[in-house]
Amino acid sequence: MADGTVNRRRFLSATAVAAASGLVPGAATAQGGEGPERVPADRHPVSLSVNGRPHHLVIDPRRTLLDLLRDDLALTGAKKGCDHGQCGACTVLVGGKRVLACLTLAAAVRADVSTIEGLASADGALHPMQEAFMQEDAFQCGYCTPGQILSAIACVREKHANGEDEIREFMSGNICRCAAYPNIVKAIARAKSRTEA
Amino acid sequence: MRPFAYVSANTPKRAIAASTAESQFLAGGTTLIDLMKLDVLQPERIVDINPLQARYGGIERTAEGVRLGALVRMGEAADDPVLRSEYPVLAQALQQAASPQLRNMATLAGNVLQRTRCTYFRNPSYHACNKREPGSGCAALDGLNRKHAVLGVSEHCIATYAGDFAQALIALDASVDVAGRSGERRIPFAQLHRLPANTPDVETTLAPAELITAFFVPSGPWTRRSHYLKIRDRESFAFALASAAVALHVENGEVREARIGLGGVATVPWRGREAEGVLKGKALSQESAQAAAEAAFASAQSRDQNAYKPELGRRTLVRALMTAAALEI
Repeated sequence: MADGTVNRRRFLSATAVAAASGLVPGAATAQGGEGPERVPADRHPVSLSVNGRPHHLVIDPRRTLLDLLRDDLALTGAKKGCDHGQCGACTVLVGGKRVLACLTLAAAVRADVSTIEGLASADGALHPMQEAFMQEDAFQCGYCTPGQILSAIACVREKHANGEDEIREFMSGNICRCAAYPNIVKAIARAKSRTEA
Repeated sequence: MRPFAYVSANTPKRAIAASTAESQFLAGGTTLIDLMKLDVLQPERIVDINPLQARYGGIERTAEGVRLGALVRMGEAADDPVLRSEYPVLAQALQQAASPQLRNMATLAGNVLQRTRCTYFRNPSYHACNKREPGSGCAALDGLNRKHAVLGVSEHCIATYAGDFAQALIALDASVDVAGRSGERRIPFAQLHRLPANTPDVETTLAPAELITAFFVPSGPWTRRSHYLKIRDRESFAFALASAAVALHVENGEVREARIGLGGVATVPWRGREAEGVLKGKALSQESAQAAAEAAFASAQSRDQNAYKPELGRRTLVRALMTAAALEI
């Protein structure tokens, strides 16, 4: 991509960061050094670590983790599908466990958050699960894929990826409208054997 | 979602003190946040009790049974080796509920208090729902009622109690520890939920600001020979159309004690005492299981679209009983 070209992702990132008026350098600044009781009821200071980077924001308590990631931090990998915990497109890891960012209040997050953006190593090498999804062609439109991959990583880590039946049962929280399920199952089995090798 | 004030509580005392008539406790949030987005629940204050995890987040095995902290996550309990081997019905009911992500978030106490999936309750654009708006009527009586209850119904509400774990708890005679403004108390699990009768909006016997702190499940000669069978529209991540939690004490081919919970068919967690009575003292066979199932659904009242439920419920119970009887323990 040539410099100066505008693509959708770049445009969205730029506007999202600009719109993130809640971003402040530190919670102490947000409180004006006068103690938390001076923060209005609808403004709540939060500190959370996302993919190893600390963030301090002042948010409306209604902010879900999903909206915070996408709109305040411009991390648009976690997707908004149903927004009611039924599709799994927003799956991220909190404290290493897979959860639904759409049903998580950002104010109630107390452990490190990992998203699809944090999976590759610093040198750009993909996570084995990302590699496996590419090798097995485990997606079509790709919308559910970030959620699938994070859920799959947790599925293997929880030791619930022993064979096709168990993978299908323990991936039932991630819906794929393109029905790429056969290849998703293959990708998880492949990544699992690679991790164990 | 409507605005609310967020406070977090790091002691039970603070959680109870912070609670108001219009507040809600936040644990896993999987019911609460969903229903707030749908505008079904409109708390003015959220009291986040997750900081109580260290106090109420453990599974403890004692000589008398097993104590499950209110804030244990469903997924953790489903994977617990003691539950899996000694109380399989508990672990199976949890593992067949929701999805892995929801089980990682949702707590045991939140799960037993989850709200019904009735379409009319969940969608405020429908006017008539006595559970959401007392006195407004019940749109399900003559509406979409394929998934609605046939046991414990009233002319004011036929919404199905959605949970699975509660059926296992009620079958195993669990009790509930509760903390509130007037101290702590223990109640039988069977007394936690209230039949809809003419106040379907009042779902439990908990007083305002009361907090479930733990469940206690007594061990017995039936706990290992136990099984949860759940029948759904799809094989995973769906609510029960019918389910059965069964636990059997069989000696010399004779049923000494049968414990039965029925899900997907009733307005509250349902104990099948009539069916238990039929089995007691008999050999478990296809015929005696069938007789028990007939007794379990003798009082069933179905409507237009859920007339299949008593038969589905009977078959579910028979299969669960036969499976439990055949277990090698």
